[in-house]
Amino acid sequence: MRNLQTTVPEIPPRVSIGTLERVAALTTATAVVAYGLSRRSLPGVCLAAAATPIAYRGLAGEWPRAGNGHSPRAVTRDALGGKRGVHVRESVRLEKPIDEVYRFWRNLENLPQFMNYLDAVIDLGNGRSRWLAKGPAGTQVKWDAEIINEVESQLIGWQSLPGGDLTIAGSVNFDTVRNGRSTQVSVHFQYAPPAGRAGSLIATIFGREPSQTVREDLRRLKQLLEAGEFPHAKSKEQEFQESR
Amino acid sequence: MRAVCYYGREDVRVESVPDPKIINPRDAIIKITATAICGSDLHIYDGFIPTMQKGDVLGHEFMGEVVEVGRGNNRLRVGDRVVVPFTIACGNCFFCKEELWSLCDNSNPNAWMLEQITGFSGSGLFGYSHMYGGYPGGQAEYARVPFSDVGPLKVPTSLGDEQVLFLSDILPTGYMAAENCQIKPGDTVAVWGCGPVGQFAIQSAFLLGAERVIAIDRFPERLALAATHSRADVLNYSEVDVPEALRAMTGGQGPDACIDAVGLEAHGTTLDAWYDLAKTSMYMATDRPHALRQAIACCRKGGTVSIPGVYGGLLDKFPLGAAFAKGLTLKMGQTHMHKYMPGLLDRIERGQIDPSFIITHRVTLDDAPTMYRVFRDKRDACVKVVMKPDGRA
Repeated sequence: MRNLQTTVPEIPPRVSIGTLERVAALTTATAVVAYGLSRRSLPGVCLAAAATPIAYRGLAGEWPRAGNGHSPRAVTRDALGGKRGVHVRESVRLEKPIDEVYRFWRNLENLPQFMNYLDAVIDLGNGRSRWLAKGPAGTQVKWDAEIINEVESQLIGWQSLPGGDLTIAGSVNFDTVRNGRSTQVSVHFQYAPPAGRAGSLIATIFGREPSQTVREDLRRLKQLLEAGEFPHAKSKEQEFQESR
Repeated sequence: MRAVCYYGREDVRVESVPDPKIINPRDAIIKITATAICGSDLHIYDGFIPTMQKGDVLGHEFMGEVVEVGRGNNRLRVGDRVVVPFTIACGNCFFCKEELWSLCDNSNPNAWMLEQITGFSGSGLFGYSHMYGGYPGGQAEYARVPFSDVGPLKVPTSLGDEQVLFLSDILPTGYMAAENCQIKPGDTVAVWGCGPVGQFAIQSAFLLGAERVIAIDRFPERLALAATHSRADVLNYSEVDVPEALRAMTGGQGPDACIDAVGLEAHGTTLDAWYDLAKTSMYMATDRPHALRQAIACCRKGGTVSIPGVYGGLLDKFPLGAAFAKGLTLKMGQTHMHKYMPGLLDRIERGQIDPSFIITHRVTLDDAPTMYRVFRDKRDACVKVVMKPDGRA
C-alpha cells in the first residue's frame, strides 16, 4: 500500500514483469539458446546470443541495461566469448571525447576511412548495413550486417546476415579511461575458421595476421581522429615510381 | 632538386631527386638555407642503421624559408623563416600533450617495425631510416615537413642561420641531457664525449647552476673547445685514469651527475636481424671508452646518469648492480624537441648561448660526400659541418 503521507518519492521497482511472463521468457530463451548452440555454427551462436537478453529478462525480470553488472556490454561479450571460431581482440586509446569517437564509428560509412580492406559500407537504415570489401584478384566481397546490440557511447555489436559472402560477428566497446581523459576503443571480432569459401575470403581480407590487421585499423582510427591525417613519408605516386 | 642521398656503407652521393610536394593538409615545404651533418648521421654512413634504402635523402638538422603551406595549417605563412625539429610530432596524442614529443603516437607510418623490437614506437624522424618513418631528410634544397603547424619554430631575422640552426637537434639534446641531471646549485657534472651534444650539455649544465663541469674526451681540439668556450675542466682519457681523476676532483665523493654524450648507436632494426645488428654495434663500441659503464661507476651515490647518447639494442655487461647499489637515477631518450626549442631560442636572443661556436666547416651540398668522411674520421679538427644548399658556403 502506498503511504500518501510520505514526502519521499517512491522508487519504481526494477522487477517490472510478472512471474508468468518471466517463466515464459526463460523457457523460450532457453529453447532458442539451446537450438542455436546445437547448430554448432556461427549463425547458431549468433542466434543464441540474440536470445540471451530474453533469457536475462526471464531471470532478472527486466531487460539488460548498462551499469547493473549485467550490461548489454557483458551480454555481447558473453555471446562472443565462446571458444568457437577465430577471435580477434584489439584495443586502442585516444585523446578524444568518448561521444565523438562513438559517433564517428556509429556512422558505419566512416569505417572504410581507416579499414583499408573495405571499399565501402552503405547504411541501409534500421541498423542494417551493406559491406563491400576487397576480395581476391580484384573481386569484391559483399555481405549485409545488422546491429544487434547498441548502447549510446558504450557499445555497438553486429553480426552478418545470411546470404552474404562471409559470416562474421563483432562488437566494439567504448570506455573512458584515465579519469575520463582518454577513450579506449576495444574491438572483438569472431569469425569461422579459415576453411571453406567464407573462411578463405576472410583470410584474404584480414591477411594472415588478423590481429595485426585490426591493430593497424585502430592505429589509423587514432591517427585520423587525433592528428586529422595519416602520416605518409611519400606521396602515392612517389612510392609507385620507386617500387618500379 | 639536389639532395644528399644514402647509397650504402660509406657511399653518400649528391643526386637530383624530385622536389617534395604537399601530401597532407598540415604539411609545409621548406626551402633549406642551412643544414648540418649530425654525429648520428655517421652511424648511417658506417652502415649500422638497418632499414636504410638506396636513394634515401639524409639529414635531420635543417632550417629555411617556408615556400608552400598545406590547407590545414594556419600557423605558418609563405616567407616565414623556421627551424625544423628532427622529431616529427602530431601535437594531439597523449604523448604530445604530456610534452613527451619524441614519443608521438601518430607520426611514424612504419610504427609496426619498431614495435617488433621495442614494444612501442616513438615518433617519426627526418632522414633516419624506414623504421623511423622513411621521411626524406633535410640535406637537400627543399624538404616537406609534416605536422608543420606544431613543429617548425619561427626565428627572428635578427639572428643568423648559424645561431639558430642547432635548435633543430643538438642544442635541445644537450640541454635536455643537463636538465635531466636535476642539477642543484654547487653540483659537479661530468660529461663523457665533447662532440657537439657534449659541448651543449656542458654549457647547459652551467646555465642550470652547476658549479663545476668536467669534460672527458681524447681529441685535444674538442677538449680545448670545452675548456675555452665553456670553462669546463677537462680530462683526456687517453692520458689519465678517469675514475681516479674524478674521485680526486670531487673529494672522493664522485660527480653529482654524469652525462653520457657518446652513445653506442646500436640503433636499428629489421625485425629478425635486429638483435644481431645490435650486438655488432656493441662490438664496434669496444674500441670506445665504454662511456656508459664508466659513467655509472663514477657517479656519486644517489646521483643521476643522463644519457643523450643513443642506444638501441641489448647491452652486454651493463652494470645495473652498481646503479642499484648506489641508488642512481637513469634518465634517457630522444629529445622532446618541441618542449625546449622556444626557451632555448629565447636564451639565444638574450645572448646566454651562441651555438655557432662549434662550427668548424662551412661547405655546400656538393661537398657532402667528402665531409661525411672528414667528420667521421675527425680529420682537420672537424667538430661540426654546416652546409648551405644555395651554394653560398
